[in-house]
Amino acid sequence: MTMIFGIPLQAFMGQLLIGLINGSFYALLSLGLAVIFGLLRVINFAHGAQYMLGAFVAMLMLQYFGINYWFALILAPIVVGLFGAVIERLLLSRLYKLDHLYGLLFTFGLALTIEGTFRYLYGSSGQPYAPPPALTGATNLGFMFLPNYRGWVVVVSLIACIGTWLLIEKTKLGAYLRAATENPTLVQAFGVNVPMLLTLTYALGAGLAAFAGVLAAPVYQVSPLMGSNIIIVVFAVVVVGGMGSIMGAIVTGYMLGIAEGLTKVFYPEASNIVIFVIMAIVLLIRPAGLFGRDA
Amino acid sequence: MSHVVHSTTTTNTARTERSATASKAYAAFLGIGLVLLIVAPMFFYPIFLMKLLCFALFACAFNLLLGYTGLLSFGHATFFGGAAYFTAHVTKEWGVTPEIGILIGVAGAAALGLVMGFFAIRRQGIYFAMITLALSQMFFFFCLQASFTHGEDGIQSVPRGHLFGLIDLADTTSMYYFVLAVFLIGMIVIWRFINSPFGMILKSIRENEQRAISLGYSVARYKLGAFVMSAALAGMAGGTKALVFQFATLTDVGWQMSGEVILMTLLGGIGTLIGPIFGAGLVVTLQNYLATSQFPVTIITGLVFMVCVLLFRRGIIGEFYASRLGRKLGFEHRR
Repeated sequence: MTMIFGIPLQAFMGQLLIGLINGSFYALLSLGLAVIFGLLRVINFAHGAQYMLGAFVAMLMLQYFGINYWFALILAPIVVGLFGAVIERLLLSRLYKLDHLYGLLFTFGLALTIEGTFRYLYGSSGQPYAPPPALTGATNLGFMFLPNYRGWVVVVSLIACIGTWLLIEKTKLGAYLRAATENPTLVQAFGVNVPMLLTLTYALGAGLAAFAGVLAAPVYQVSPLMGSNIIIVVFAVVVVGGMGSIMGAIVTGYMLGIAEGLTKVFYPEASNIVIFVIMAIVLLIRPAGLFGRDA
Repeated sequence: MSHVVHSTTTTNTARTERSATASKAYAAFLGIGLVLLIVAPMFFYPIFLMKLLCFALFACAFNLLLGYTGLLSFGHATFFGGAAYFTAHVTKEWGVTPEIGILIGVAGAAALGLVMGFFAIRRQGIYFAMITLALSQMFFFFCLQASFTHGEDGIQSVPRGHLFGLIDLADTTSMYYFVLAVFLIGMIVIWRFINSPFGMILKSIRENEQRAISLGYSVARYKLGAFVMSAALAGMAGGTKALVFQFATLTDVGWQMSGEVILMTLLGGIGTLIGPIFGAGLVVTLQNYLATSQFPVTIITGLVFMVCVLLFRRGIIGEFYASRLGRKLGFEHRR
């Protein structure tokens, strides 16, 4: 059997793949957080809850309406995005002129309420969501078996990340968005509807989280707790990357996911905390984060 | 530090008169409060009262940081729950007396605070909150895996022991007055701390950090000092709680606990000395009330959070201070 650093290649690649999968979710979620924070100056604590909502919406759509995975992948982000838009318009928008900490506290309350409601309705245990028939099975890559669905997750989340990056860096809407991040008053004076832009941004971020949630549903189980488990790690990712750059959020997400996977190979006991340790080290060396601009 | 002290002493006479009424009102409330706390166990379930006192002290310790230094820590469960583990461990395994147990809990929490604070004060605002949350989650995983915490089981059947080796705290009444004494000591420390020159500088950092720096204060050091102080007092509450309930579990170190203490402080009034006590009272009562029903507490907690942030940012005591009666009595509130 081929060995790498004294570890069987199979096990090594398997953990690397898990790391890459986790990294995909970290990247998608920290990307959404960075987009929302860039414009709204709100740290969206409810991001984990929106991720969980995405998975639940997909599962419930299948149970009650027989809507399959492919439609759910499009519909669930829209549903959650609309929900986000309503929350932003009615409630969150009242907090922009206050200290940013209130936005964090509000979305924390929102996350608790959503999570509590789903725990009340569906219990704490996870429920399975089968991957679509087209993506079941595995492919032999020669050195390992790659489950098709996991390969799909890595590819599609990379596409989603790059797509979002292109949307923000290369389109006119993105240009408005970036301009409003720099100076909302001036952009509004040019006749751009900034409040609408804010709502759109929050909906986009929530939709991205829900998209990640649908992707995650067949990998992990659909559970009300899935959001709060991941969001704290994503916060650490965001601290490491710094929220100044979209690309930074994506790259950091993948990097830390892989770091976590590799730790599972070499020192499993520390795999839970390795991202937090990396965060602490980065804070010592470069307090603004790897890609951060603001201190 | 003379600048800051100077600015607080040059109040105009009308204001001095008003704050004289305020201190009279404070003294009256204090007296009434003390009497109520002393007779309370005759009317209420003592365990419930002890829980309330522990959480009240925890919230006041947290408020030292949020209310008086302007730092939102999302990781205070580490100090509360960490101290609970330390106190439970040393009283059960080493057989030390309860007061020593609590002191060791306080020392442990202060050490944890020193480490977490060292990293967290490198960033401000929202990043500070996220860093404390992440480090606290790291501590949670540590507690999950370390052997002395006994993982999911926690440390069970912790003896309350004999206070100073003399007074048996297994007796509920003795235990209640012991907890009350701990609470009062904690409150006096907090009161002394925020009214000391050190506390004044913390307030100036809260109001205008740049200016405090330009006046030559080493802001980072003051922030770290406040963080450690707050952690130590939170540990005092946590250690005492471990003795009251005679166990220490993962619940006390989880992020939900950090959220709860924020809610208590927000509900009672950020930056008021006694607000968090009322906030803690409300939250603990609510939890007790809902504990018997199937309805999950988190839904209510979350809703109260949202309502507080949207409509009620001053909290109960803050609203009272800002109300007509409060102003008549001479209280001031800045927000």
